[in-house]
Amino acid sequence: MLISCLPIPGKFPGFWFCSDKKTMAEKDFDNENEPWDLVLEPESKWYSLRLKQLFRFRDLLFLFVRRDFVAIYKQTILGPVWFFIQPVLTAAIFSLVFSIFGNISTEGMPPLLYYICNLTMWSYFSDTLTKTSDTFTANSSIFGKVYFPRMIVPLSTVVSNLIKFGIQFLLFLGVWIYYLSTKDILHPNAAIALVPFLVILMGFMGLGMGIIISSMTTKYRDLKFLITFGIQLLMYASPIVIPLSEIINHHAKYKYLMLANPLTGIIETFKYAFLGVGIFNWWYLAYSLGFTIVIFFIGLVVFNKVEKSFMDTV
Amino acid sequence: MSKIVLRAVNISKQYRLGQLGTGTISHDLNRWWHKARGKEDPYLRIGEANDRSAKGGSDYVWSLKDINFDVKEGDVLGIIGKNGAGKSTLLKILSQVTTATTGKVKIRGRIAALLEVGTGFHPELTGRENVFLNGAILGMTKAEIKSKFDEIVDFSGVEKYIDTPVKRYSSGMMVRLGFAVAAHLEPEILIVDEVLAVGDAEFQKKCMGKIKNVAGEGRTVLFVSHNMQAMSSICKTGILLKNGMIDEIGDINTCVKKYNGLFNDSVIGIASIKDRLNRTNSNGNILFSNIQALSDGRKTWDFRYDEEITFQIDCDIKNDSEDGLLFYMALSDPLTTDILTNIKVVVREKTVLAGEKISFTVSIPPKTMRVGQFLLYFTIGDAKGQQWYDVVDSNVNLPALTITSIDMDPHSNMGLFSIPYKLDVKA
Repeated sequence: MLISCLPIPGKFPGFWFCSDKKTMAEKDFDNENEPWDLVLEPESKWYSLRLKQLFRFRDLLFLFVRRDFVAIYKQTILGPVWFFIQPVLTAAIFSLVFSIFGNISTEGMPPLLYYICNLTMWSYFSDTLTKTSDTFTANSSIFGKVYFPRMIVPLSTVVSNLIKFGIQFLLFLGVWIYYLSTKDILHPNAAIALVPFLVILMGFMGLGMGIIISSMTTKYRDLKFLITFGIQLLMYASPIVIPLSEIINHHAKYKYLMLANPLTGIIETFKYAFLGVGIFNWWYLAYSLGFTIVIFFIGLVVFNKVEKSFMDTV
Repeated sequence: MSKIVLRAVNISKQYRLGQLGTGTISHDLNRWWHKARGKEDPYLRIGEANDRSAKGGSDYVWSLKDINFDVKEGDVLGIIGKNGAGKSTLLKILSQVTTATTGKVKIRGRIAALLEVGTGFHPELTGRENVFLNGAILGMTKAEIKSKFDEIVDFSGVEKYIDTPVKRYSSGMMVRLGFAVAAHLEPEILIVDEVLAVGDAEFQKKCMGKIKNVAGEGRTVLFVSHNMQAMSSICKTGILLKNGMIDEIGDINTCVKKYNGLFNDSVIGIASIKDRLNRTNSNGNILFSNIQALSDGRKTWDFRYDEEITFQIDCDIKNDSEDGLLFYMALSDPLTTDILTNIKVVVREKTVLAGEKISFTVSIPPKTMRVGQFLLYFTIGDAKGQQWYDVVDSNVNLPALTITSIDMDPHSNMGLFSIPYKLDVKA
């Protein structure tokens, strides 16, 4: 019984259409040579990004971004004000705990400004990473029912977080301008021109790491546990609370721990550009750039491979 | 001359049975090691045909195996099969939700799949916002949705609530809105799952009507359903899947007929009616020992429209009783409720004695039941109908009653049963 169900070689294609002479003749006029628009295969070239498809779904990307913004603060009284409350409160607590109680150096800067500056950049990265690393598991109900380029989802996360970053950056600018006009301790400099580059770098790094983790958690959930507490630990390995200069000057034997962190160069440069303190080094930046490029491309390859069949393992 | 718009070439899909866990990683590593040396995946060679009732020896199973077919432009193709035959897997592969393990699918033109209505609806967003979101998920551009927005809202019939968050909607309203968006998709190839047709009867009719319309417009439709009536009326060609393989391909009526036949593969013996353990509503006083349908004395569950249908019923009496014996049977449609309920007879007025065997037959005259498939329900109780002794219903693997027709009258495929009528012609 089973054997007889197997297709008979040579009778393909579409043997039922060939049951009489007329359709046999028709077959000669068939569009055999006309190209197919779409071929679904188990394996695809690792470098095929299908940008054209991605572009066709651009409206979806913006609708996802819109959904993220509209939905998140619905039925709240303060609404978007929460975008400001979060960093301000965190910076205030940090000032109290680390600067006043802990006596950790803020390199001569007012603690509130110092921490808002660092946290603005940090939360952009950590939010992007946490949210993109959840892409497959959080969206499996949609992904299981309809196809669209999966990359749209993490991309929309990056855009959402970019906008959120923009809002928090405005807050930082406000605080910054206040201190700039009242105290003469800030030394903004030409490195400000690098800021857009830093933001792009940060976004791609978060995206790259996020999609790798997201791809790997479809089958093995272990990484999910790592990400939740790992990201908190990573903050202490970044120059958010403890400045790089402090480590280099006073705890030199640990300096490679922080220098190995690709975020260090970006955060230090950002701080240096606006406040004039911290360490600016082209090599640190080059390391961050190199790391981002490598991690992003690994991410793309892995994501591309996983997105096709993750529904079977998620 | 019509062109081929979809071609499936040797598609197969393998699934791993059991849970994913630490054991999986060793297989993954082994697979990777074979691949790194340029060798074939060691697990693709193993795996068994997908027969869910037989216990297999392998960890891998072929949910689909070597599926080949072509779909021409304007075809309305019905995909049928029992649960677990591979229909959903096939749909998932065609709609790109997952990929085949081996093989290719080639497509010309835009393809869209409706496996669910309202995919991606966000409860906090309003109906309006969700229409745009859902439309975009299904592949429409913002401009397209905008131009059809009024039509969509009109079709859904929830105009009044369009600016209310969908979490305040009833589930019916949500389905309506979701289907309205889907109905305004205009791909060249549309893949539709029957689960779409949920909601009240009126809305179901609307859905089926819409699918019929789409098919009528000359667009290509692939349709999966368990509703054979809908299949025969909408589709022209069909594919019957069985255990992950194509069992029949071609004319839809041939497929439907064969599909109906599949259920009779699992005819249960007399022993299992007699000895089954899952008796419901039974106090065990009188039990069915055999139920068999007969045509001219021949055992069968398939009847021609013009044959008399006879049921032979045997009962065993377990305890003495003065309450008599009542027999009741009903026929029902696989999807809906009972459609024939008038067979209710007192077989014995008073005394029944332990050890006694009571046998009787019930006959339905020819041309009463129309063409189709009917589920059977039998029960026996006391003569007053106050308590039931034994029930044979859909929990028992009784074959369905299948009525076919060689009559070429297209109406013989419609309706459920015939009623007597009179014609008076006044000239």
